[in-house]
Amino acid sequence: MNEQFEQITAKEQAAAAKFDNAVHVCVAASCLSSQSDKVLETFQQQLKENGHSASCQVKGVGCLGLCSRGPLVAVSHRDRPESSELYQHVTPDNAPQIVAALVAGETAADLVCATDTPFFQRQTKIVLENSGHIDPERIEEYVAAGGYQGLLTAVTEMTPNDVIDEVMRSGLRGRGGGGYPTGLKWTTVAKADAKQRKYVICNADEGDPGAFMDRSVLESDPHRVLEGMTIAGYAIGADKGYIYVRGEYPLAVARLKKAINQARRLGVLGSGVCGTTFNFQIEIRLGAGAFVCGEETALIASVEGKRGQPRPRPPYPAEYGLWGEPTLINNVETFANVPPIIRNGGDWYAGMGTAKSKGTKVFALAGAINNTGLIEVPMGIPLREIVYEIGGGVPHGRVLKAVQTGGPSGGCIPEAYLETPVDYESLQQLGSIMGSGGLIVMDETSNMVDVARYFMEFCMTESCGKCVPCRVGTVQMYHLLDKIYAGQATTKELALLEKLCKMVRETSLCGLGQTAPNPVNSTLRYFRQEYLDLLLDGERVTAVATTPEAQP
Amino acid sequence: MQNLKQIDPPSDDKRWRIVQATMRRNGHKRSGLIETLHTVQESFGFLDEESLRYVAFSLRTPLSQVYGVSTFYHLFSLKPAGKHSCVVCTGTACYIKGTPQLLQEIQEMYGIKPGETTEDGAFSLLTARCVGSCGLAPVAVFDGEVLGNQTPDRTMETLRRWYDDE
Repeated sequence: MNEQFEQITAKEQAAAAKFDNAVHVCVAASCLSSQSDKVLETFQQQLKENGHSASCQVKGVGCLGLCSRGPLVAVSHRDRPESSELYQHVTPDNAPQIVAALVAGETAADLVCATDTPFFQRQTKIVLENSGHIDPERIEEYVAAGGYQGLLTAVTEMTPNDVIDEVMRSGLRGRGGGGYPTGLKWTTVAKADAKQRKYVICNADEGDPGAFMDRSVLESDPHRVLEGMTIAGYAIGADKGYIYVRGEYPLAVARLKKAINQARRLGVLGSGVCGTTFNFQIEIRLGAGAFVCGEETALIASVEGKRGQPRPRPPYPAEYGLWGEPTLINNVETFANVPPIIRNGGDWYAGMGTAKSKGTKVFALAGAINNTGLIEVPMGIPLREIVYEIGGGVPHGRVLKAVQTGGPSGGCIPEAYLETPVDYESLQQLGSIMGSGGLIVMDETSNMVDVARYFMEFCMTESCGKCVPCRVGTVQMYHLLDKIYAGQATTKELALLEKLCKMVRETSLCGLGQTAPNPVNSTLRYFRQEYLDLLLDGERVTAVATTPEAQP
Repeated sequence: MQNLKQIDPPSDDKRWRIVQATMRRNGHKRSGLIETLHTVQESFGFLDEESLRYVAFSLRTPLSQVYGVSTFYHLFSLKPAGKHSCVVCTGTACYIKGTPQLLQEIQEMYGIKPGETTEDGAFSLLTARCVGSCGLAPVAVFDGEVLGNQTPDRTMETLRRWYDDE
């Protein structure tokens, strides 16, 4: 198998060496929705017409990160690697300009996007190492970039226990939000007795609004997730895996399907993985738009073809999961971290991050921030650095009010706490959570009561209806918030809201209900005055807040 | 215990064959219910009673369960959709950047709320939880094409074009 990998790598390198220049056009979802596919086509056409298609390689690659400046095009030159450029807001119309500059050995200066900024310099890429470099639809490029080496090492040189030990040593924790130690989870499933077989499930039901990390990983580097799942299957003794993907991500599904077929053909998936006796199959399951399916027991019900309703735990899926069998469920980003851990060793990974949160985390920056896009930073980096240096601060000269992390289960962190390092424990102390990695910046035009109401409306609609506290509680809390926001409530109603928050948090069945009050609690904690300003009998310090206007 | 013989579809519409293929691929097992409903919706545009009955019968699943699943998930629609579709993203980034104004404008102009179709059947207005293109917020998806940085004017312009094309 190793020889086969070497052959592919040599072939890929030889093919790349034929070209003097390379044009990489981002074809991930965000750039694609600004017509980057047409940009790619124009480049191919232009180079062909000018007779340069033999000396210049054009390909579509995964996410280049800075989504707000899309479509992005990266141009590199073999003989002068130092002068590679990144072009922003490229349209089919200005492709000729770039091609002309490329042929003349110049730079199309007015389109250049500076890459010496903190946005590009401050990142540490592990999960996203191949994003923007390889064509996500070709397995050969993934192999040439060192892909499937981790799997090969695992199945040929390591025992399942060795693999688990390595993951344990890396200190990797679940990237879906909970932060449960991955090695520990793997150990539990590996030790569990199966009636017939065990399962691996990859949770790609990225439901948090404002989060698009998993989508980007699946679209930019699908093989990495397949490799991680297969290694997990080997470690825990499973021979079947499911990827549960949101129905809203058609591009990710298409690329995954293609990747699974390619991996089977290469022999790194299916029966006899890498020429060993280990078998592993992966199947895709489509979600159909239910936020609650991100909860593991609800997700299992959905894979079984039922309504996605959670059930009480224990028993945990590690013992009693899919069809009653021991099941390992991890998030996309967690699996994507596994191949480099096996390749470089757990100690290498543990060398990054903080004492309790190791490695890196991918964040999706969105909202009132200059550089919206995808970033990967070491754990423990202060929020301020993410927002002001990497993110480039708040646009239109406005002032930052809060940073929202963790989606509807998270909270709003005010400006005063921006020095907080980003790790699981610190964020929890502030009343928010790490979540899956959506980071939404809000400026002074956002009213915090409205934000809390927005998230409560989300939880109310997404409640599965199984347990009463969540089903009824979220509706009541939403109406109270609505009344407060409309300026028709009194201090009594605010007190009732706080009481309800406590009750719903303590008595709901699953994570959705238990965390639904978080946005209310955190805004009450840091922005209580905004609530009081809206009450009929509250102690006002400022004028009555009016409905915030939309930003330009 | 299970009779896997295929059941005849309600009509000789060729689209049923696609549905049958999905069920076959999943071994006519109950666990393939969501996949099958996806296929029905892709082929017919929505799930009507006839198709729900057929799927329930074919997969040996109680109709109540099939109905339960098809109403539980947001992506399934039991009503016929309009000729075009306009999906407005209501994710957090889009929300704080002006989604409510877009929806309000559409409602004022065409008199429909999210989940409804215009009286002439020209288009359906839907909302999505997050389409994952937050860098371009606010985002709307017109007939599958994602358009970013929407303003009420730009959105109305796109919708008007559907009428002009008629």
